[in-house]
Amino acid sequence: MPDLGKYADAVLSAYGVSLLLLALLIVWTLRQGRRARRALQEVEKRSKRDA
Amino acid sequence: MKALLRRDLLLAMRAGGGFGLGLAFFLIVTVLVPFGVGPQSELLSRIAPGILWIGALLACLLSLDRLLALDWEDGTLDLLATSPLPLEAALSIKALAHWITTGLPLVLAAPVFGVLLSLPDAGYVWLVISLALGTPALSVIGTFGAALTVGVKRGGLLMSLLVLPLYVPTLIFGAEVARRGAEGMQTTTPLLMLAGITAGVIAIMPFASAAALRVNLR
Amino acid sequence: MSMTDETSIPKRPSGFWSYANPVKFLGFSERVLPALWWLSGICLGVGLIWGFFFTPDDFRQGSTVKIIYLHVPSALMAINAWFMMLVASLIWIVRRHHVSALAAKAAAPVGVVMTLIALFTGAVWGQPMWGTWWAWDPRLTSFLILFLFYLGYMALWAAIDDPDTAADLTSVLCLVGSVFAVLSRYAVNFWNQGLHQGASLSLDKEENVADVFYFPLLVCIAGFVLIFLALVLYRTGTEIRLRRTRALQAREARV
Repeated sequence: MPDLGKYADAVLSAYGVSLLLLALLIVWTLRQGRRARRALQEVEKRSKRDA
Repeated sequence: MKALLRRDLLLAMRAGGGFGLGLAFFLIVTVLVPFGVGPQSELLSRIAPGILWIGALLACLLSLDRLLALDWEDGTLDLLATSPLPLEAALSIKALAHWITTGLPLVLAAPVFGVLLSLPDAGYVWLVISLALGTPALSVIGTFGAALTVGVKRGGLLMSLLVLPLYVPTLIFGAEVARRGAEGMQTTTPLLMLAGITAGVIAIMPFASAAALRVNLR
Repeated sequence: MSMTDETSIPKRPSGFWSYANPVKFLGFSERVLPALWWLSGICLGVGLIWGFFFTPDDFRQGSTVKIIYLHVPSALMAINAWFMMLVASLIWIVRRHHVSALAAKAAAPVGVVMTLIALFTGAVWGQPMWGTWWAWDPRLTSFLILFLFYLGYMALWAAIDDPDTAADLTSVLCLVGSVFAVLSRYAVNFWNQGLHQGASLSLDKEENVADVFYFPLLVCIAGFVLIFLALVLYRTGTEIRLRRTRALQAREARV
């Protein structure tokens, strides 16, 4: 751990919040993607069976 | 074209929305500000140009959702779209009607409200000039917002979100003219910029508005 | 109009535009995405760790200089994301490729997060340096306005049910918004000079960045570009699938 001096709060919070925001965006994106994939598979299976 | 203008003006007057409501709203904003920031006339006179501009802008925004919504509901817009008059021209006329019913009264009433906020004497002329130059841009940009959101139910809030950021340049230069005028400084540069924005917006925005409206009428 | 089926495409155009075919686009992104995720992860990891642990403090800014590795790349991507949306909107308007419209839609939330990161890191850096969380500095103000534009753009997408209408309207908004964003940038520049004495607050970052800071910064920028590309590709795929699901469901409902 580098010595951040008196600005430790600022630097750490900047890194913390930024990485958290990025992580949230990635998690949300992946979950949304997986859900969309599943929904499409279901509908495609159904439409094939009907046809 | 004249018929359309006359029709829009008549409708606005009969509904009582145009002239009265916008002005009343402007008055309320002007009255509320001293309650918010305190009655010191020194402070008020310094922020008066900005407050008056923001009040005018909000009053303008308030009346935007009736600009196209009524005609959308009763099918007038479909008629306009199929009429020989280009949609761009029709929307320009509608923006003009909106300006006459809301922008113009605001320009005329602004000096009276300036008294309430103890606007410095030098400021009145510049306030009126800047509003007269700027409010047409507000109407034209607002028409674009109305055209974008005309198909959305209860789109008023959405339209505010879309339109207000587009008002930023006009507000900055308009309020700057009024502020500099009130402080007795040179107003040429912001005045030219404001005029440029208004002219450019009047020339170009009707095309964007018409494009958006055509998509919504499809 | 529903999304193109894979069966209804008689001849496949080649070259760049062939990726406008949703199926080919999905195949391509499926192949490229794993590499993109890894590369962006490596670049971000290396750049940020290098920057955080192994760069010296600046003699004036102390350790806050480390915020630059997040602030500059995210600010860069916040603007580039909007620019990408503008290009994608233009392609949609001119060539009517659905993938393009959906890519613009997919990029907006990524751009918002980038803008938020840039604003937050800027505020946190400004607090010790300028003594205030927020100053109406032209750059900061422009970013706040950009943020508002993103919000409006996304709200318009969310408000309209028909996907083609939404794509058309948001494209028009993106074009008009771009013009007004540039106008606002100049207006804000003018406005602040008029209000305050010069912008002594904003240091020019590019000019006085020394090599020790420069190289990790480059790696971080590369990382942000790559993660942006990965996210947009992935999200575009999601949007394509969602649309296809909707089209199939609509067909089911009709039967």
